[in-house]
Amino acid sequence: MAVAIVLVLLIVGSVIFNFLSPWWFTPIASNWGTIDTTLIITFIITGIAFVAISLFMAYSIYRFHHKEGRVAHYEPENNKLEWWLTILTTIGVVAMLAPGLVVWNDYITVPEGADEVEAVGKQWQWSFRFPGEDGKLGTTDIKFVSFDNPFGINPDDPNGQDDILISEPELHLPIDRPVKMLLRSYDVLHDFYVPQFRAKMDLVPGLITYFWFIPTRTGKFDLLCAELCGVGHYTMRGHVVVDEAEDFDEWLSSKPTYAQFLAAATAAPAMTGLATKGQEVAGAQGCLSCHTIDGTSGVGPTWKGLFGKEETLADGTTVRVDEAYLIESVSDPNAKLVEGFAPIMPPYELSDEDMAALIALIKSKSE
Amino acid sequence: MAYVAPAEVDDIELHDPQSFITKYIWSQDHKVIALQYAATAIGIGLVALVLSLLMRLQLGFPGTFSFIDPSSYYQFVTMHGMIMVIYLLTALFLGGFGNYLIPLMCGARDMVFPYVNMLSYWLYLVAVLVLVASFFVPGGPTGAGWTLYPPQVILQGTPGHDWGIILMLVSLIIFIVAFTMGGLNYVTTVLQARTRGMTLMRMPLSVWGIFMATILALLAFPALFVSAVMLLLDRTLGTSFFMPAIISMGETLDYGGGNPLLFQHLFWFFGHPEVYIVALPAFGIVSDLLSVHARKNIFGYRMMVWAIVAIGVLSFVVWAHHMYVSGMNPLFGFFFATTTLIIAVPTAIKVYNWVLTLWRGDIHLTVPMLFAIAFILTFVVGGLTGLFLGNVVVDVPLSDTYFVVAHFHMVMGVAPILVVFGAIYHWYPKITGRMLNDAMGKFHFWVTFLGTYAIYFPMHYLGFVGVPRRYYSIEGTDFIPASAVTLNQSITIAAFIVGVVQILFIYNLIWSYFKGKPSGPNPWKATSLEWQTPQTPPVHGNWGPNRPLVYRWAYDYSVPGAAQDYLPQTMSPDDPIVGGHLGRGDEKDHHS
Amino acid sequence: MSIFRILATKPWERNEASLGDLHGGGELSLPTQKIGLFVFLSVVTVLFGLIAAANVMRMKFGDWQPLTDPQMLWVNTGVLAFSSLALQWASVSARRQNLKGLKIGFFLGGVLAVAFLAGQILVWRNLIDSGHVVLGNSANGFFYMITAIHGLHLLGGLWAWGKSAVRIGRGVEIRELRLGVELCTLYWHFLLLVWLGMFALLLRT
Repeated sequence: MAVAIVLVLLIVGSVIFNFLSPWWFTPIASNWGTIDTTLIITFIITGIAFVAISLFMAYSIYRFHHKEGRVAHYEPENNKLEWWLTILTTIGVVAMLAPGLVVWNDYITVPEGADEVEAVGKQWQWSFRFPGEDGKLGTTDIKFVSFDNPFGINPDDPNGQDDILISEPELHLPIDRPVKMLLRSYDVLHDFYVPQFRAKMDLVPGLITYFWFIPTRTGKFDLLCAELCGVGHYTMRGHVVVDEAEDFDEWLSSKPTYAQFLAAATAAPAMTGLATKGQEVAGAQGCLSCHTIDGTSGVGPTWKGLFGKEETLADGTTVRVDEAYLIESVSDPNAKLVEGFAPIMPPYELSDEDMAALIALIKSKSE
Repeated sequence: MAYVAPAEVDDIELHDPQSFITKYIWSQDHKVIALQYAATAIGIGLVALVLSLLMRLQLGFPGTFSFIDPSSYYQFVTMHGMIMVIYLLTALFLGGFGNYLIPLMCGARDMVFPYVNMLSYWLYLVAVLVLVASFFVPGGPTGAGWTLYPPQVILQGTPGHDWGIILMLVSLIIFIVAFTMGGLNYVTTVLQARTRGMTLMRMPLSVWGIFMATILALLAFPALFVSAVMLLLDRTLGTSFFMPAIISMGETLDYGGGNPLLFQHLFWFFGHPEVYIVALPAFGIVSDLLSVHARKNIFGYRMMVWAIVAIGVLSFVVWAHHMYVSGMNPLFGFFFATTTLIIAVPTAIKVYNWVLTLWRGDIHLTVPMLFAIAFILTFVVGGLTGLFLGNVVVDVPLSDTYFVVAHFHMVMGVAPILVVFGAIYHWYPKITGRMLNDAMGKFHFWVTFLGTYAIYFPMHYLGFVGVPRRYYSIEGTDFIPASAVTLNQSITIAAFIVGVVQILFIYNLIWSYFKGKPSGPNPWKATSLEWQTPQTPPVHGNWGPNRPLVYRWAYDYSVPGAAQDYLPQTMSPDDPIVGGHLGRGDEKDHHS
Repeated sequence: MSIFRILATKPWERNEASLGDLHGGGELSLPTQKIGLFVFLSVVTVLFGLIAAANVMRMKFGDWQPLTDPQMLWVNTGVLAFSSLALQWASVSARRQNLKGLKIGFFLGGVLAVAFLAGQILVWRNLIDSGHVVLGNSANGFFYMITAIHGLHLLGGLWAWGKSAVRIGRGVEIRELRLGVELCTLYWHFLLLVWLGMFALLLRT
């Protein structure tokens, strides 16, 4: 008996929870209102089914629970009833599926003239590339990736020279223009996910995947990785800022093209012998995928101005960055964790020589 | 039509246990093997339960427990999922319940290949031990998520990429070999070793569910086997089956040309049937619980059997609904959304028929019945939310969020576990000869049912907000309201309450074994064969000198004209209790 | 009775019940061991089918370099075919109560199977010596994996063969040997078929 009452309370409570809960979709900021509509259709149909089935069950329990002398009705089957229920269910399923397939067709049909923008994922940060003046993205291959060419752009492809490179995890997009996001990964699966846009798609190494949308609301939105990509998965964040057209143009014009980037990299001052070797070590060990040397923020603390700096640690104490601290932080990264960074760096074992070179590099960035 | 004599293990050949060791350790008795399977599965399942609680600690109270760092968090997530799906649920339903119930419900003396059956358990144990060993190797167990997606799973940046993943894959391979040995037995026993009169359509739905699930598993596990072997070769020998050219942490690797999507297709070709490998036995068992305790035949038995078969067949053509946003050919979305929603129809029919079994029944609210009712509600929620995720475009905003987590825990976590509990309360008297304590059972039921609902129902709404799953911490986002943290705290508290009450359940199992009320052979007045054994608990060989003769289906409850509200399958139509119904004398006046 | 007829029966009805009472309890008039073997063979079929599917899917990607087919595989294929044939002979002899034919066929089949495995290992060694290691070319990877898994299945078959061989050696009566010999033969034919399929696939790549 109690169970019938509890069931009714649960059902009513669930419905009330649905209407009163503060947790609901974020306000939409893209053209995919149709996805929301399809979802609401699904929600209404399944909601009715949930309430009807469970209330019927609760009533059955209340009405037919065991009493002295009660005898169950003997009825092996009732074909007519079962077929009616089957037909009714089929109608409900079609009512959900049909709009779903129509919207899916829109979702996978990129409109003519959509702006192409590329998002590149690697553990655990985002970067982006615009096609530049010619409107065409240069071809890329992972084999071209180097310190001077972080996007792996084909140096012989003329379309690539004017590509605009965004090396920090903040992407600006103009409002009301269709965007075709081209997605590329260097290492593992990632997923480009902005809750307010509703759309998302995996980044798959070895493939270029895509999806499209139209930003319809200006503002700054969280960009998250939605496909588990290793221990730093939850730190792989960024922002998408939707701008009015003129703000967007201004922002874009402040970013370097590939040609400019290349020129700046080759013009950089020569380093001492040991520091140059440190650069090789840092490249080979993959340090630079998390630590930048130009002062921009990365997954780990930047090396620019690091040596000699006073760092605040996660436990509130401070430490001066010296050789001993650097050595410890390479072999046991979580021993003294800098505030604001996640404990995700794996320990490395470097030879004394390599370590010295690395320290020389870090020192050279603090002069 | 020609009827075929039952394939019987000859009494002479029936392995005769002599010493303690052959009776309880190297036993070839299906009942002992069933208990070995069940004990091992529940044991490792408790480990997975503890892992989930550790995970909840971090989510509810981020940063409070310093021993849960991101690496161990992802390891907990991964091992929790893998253990629960494969090593607990699959092993318990098929190795545990399948082993115990198939021969007893079919009227066989044992499985047809008892020696292979014994090997199956011992290999399963080895698989579990290898899995446990991965906790103690350098780097710990793998933390790549239970889906083990390459390339991530074998690259640095993922915990356990060095040894953990190798042990994981080896353990899975051993598990599959072990399961195949058991599966051969279950299928062949159901097909060939039933007793006289036990037609396929007289079998209880428990046997149907387990039988179909075994067929699914036999045909689906090879996909996991192939993907595990190929992944193992990619990891150890450096082949590039799944591995494209990669720059990992700045280092160019030797891989090239492989495709991670190939793994996903293979994995889900196994992974989706796996859902039904767990669900179908639960469907079957819960049908029997409802029927026995409502004193009514299961409503629409034929439709229930057809639904089991239809779901089994369809489950092989829906796998890519796990991959809508994976970057596969988007045209696949149309096909897989359609097949996925079609599978909802036979599933819905099962739900209707369960509820209609209660309608006009004589409902005894025993502990097994309470769990069966709780299963229906939980499964309805989990099944309906599945329609969101199957309906391709609706999946796009919800995939990889907490909506998915809530959905699959409802539908293939909590719902089958509720059936497991119901089934244990139901069959414990047959296994031990004693009833489980009712008061403890009711307390266990209420806390488990309401607790799990409190955990997973609100979790769907975190998914609506857009909270991504597999996040160690959601701090630092703008779109997640602060109230979500409070919600996470309450979910964690509910999870701990549910976790702790399972200790009471284990205690009940032990206490009742010694002090429980003696049950007699058939405490629930059930019709199916396992309740008609000459001894309780059944001895080796199950049936004494003669196997039972079956005269009716397993659902003759409250038959009009009968002198009692149940007619055991072994009851002859000439028995005065039957009172003329299904009498065989008056064939003529029966032409409906 | 067809599966659809079975599924359409209404077990609670009187006339169905009378028919049901006559049911012997087994569904197929085959020895239990044979049914067990058939179930196992369907599992193995799925296994190799999936490997073939994966191979075909993987071939479509850019870096695929076809395998250099070792000529020796043709010889091995022939050996396996003769092994199968010899067991067939043993099977037929068993049916005809010809103990001598059974013995010769059965032992010849086993020896040829061992020769096949030895030949496969030789192919492996030659391939490795000529630098076709698993690294770098997935066609090689598939080749090694397919031959290894196929070989392991044959090895399992040889274990069953060995058990029957011991029984033959002990002089068990031919009537009781027949089933074991037939099961081995069935399994050998099946593995030959699988091998032919896989070999064709490897030749295509």
